[in-house]
Amino acid sequence: MTLPPFERFYEAHRQEIFAFLVRRLGRERAEDAFQETFLRALRAYPKLRHGEHLRAWAYTIAARIAIDEHRRPRADAELPELASLDGRPAFAELEHLADELPPTERAAVVLRYGYDLDYAEIGAALGSNATAARQAASAGIRRLRKKELP
Amino acid sequence: MTTVSLELDRRFRDAAARESLLDVAYDLVDSPIGTLLVAATDRGLCRIAYDAEPEQELDRLARAFGVRVLRSALPIDPARRQLDEYFEGKRRRFELPVDVALLADFNRRVLQELARVPYGEVVTYGELAARAARPRAARAVGTLMNRNPLPIVLPCHRVIGANGKLVGYAGGIERKEALLRLEGALL
Repeated sequence: MTLPPFERFYEAHRQEIFAFLVRRLGRERAEDAFQETFLRALRAYPKLRHGEHLRAWAYTIAARIAIDEHRRPRADAELPELASLDGRPAFAELEHLADELPPTERAAVVLRYGYDLDYAEIGAALGSNATAARQAASAGIRRLRKKELP
Repeated sequence: MTTVSLELDRRFRDAAARESLLDVAYDLVDSPIGTLLVAATDRGLCRIAYDAEPEQELDRLARAFGVRVLRSALPIDPARRQLDEYFEGKRRRFELPVDVALLADFNRRVLQELARVPYGEVVTYGELAARAARPRAARAVGTLMNRNPLPIVLPCHRVIGANGKLVGYAGGIERKEALLRLEGALL
């Protein structure tokens, strides 16, 4: 599947990505995160090799930005200091580890354990449903275990 | 409601253009001869289409210029303004950079000559071929006019047959007539 013109990608996913960001961040902060998500997507877009899994890809970017937003101190609210445990966020570890999984399992594992999306959201990102997302994530984890612990 | 507001949508589309992240920006421009799809790259105007089927046109733009095709009013505003002025009879020359980098040499030369044909005047296909140093290429010039990527701005409506007939126009002969009438070249 060839990469569609960016307009089509944006039109297809902007509403659900915005709704996802609103759930994560609240309406006000979601607006900045929305713009940042699609600007980041636009920067990376020409490097994509094909047009598959674009929806999951959009969710991955949005989820990462939502996490960054959460960490960012806000002027109008006191948030507890989040101690950085190892300096390397969970999703970065996972994305690397999960690199060799089949695309659907990879997306499910990364979105579930790297970005903490629930299965309904992952199902939406993958164009399936919560049950299928749960199955894909556990299949991916089983496969990773076999690989990591022979 | 958690829907993307027009304001937020507009902000993103402006930011994308401002950060030079687009291969092609396009927008729809209203005119008395129908809605025009107008597209531009960083180098200049690259497409004006009559009766555009947006789906097909987006694919075509992506193939020619790159996949980062986005509807964005900001980069199209200068063209919109000048087109408005033209249709109000207040502008006789367009001052817009054009991007015809993809065209073959001869075609570019013909379009350069075409751009020099003044407002309200007409020229024949053969005469335009001669001005582009290929006097016998009237037929090739006709084909090129039919595929002109920037009608109105590159005024192929000012090119007519040797017998004085309007001959043809990719946007439909009524539009050619309307444009020539607007310019006072036809009564």
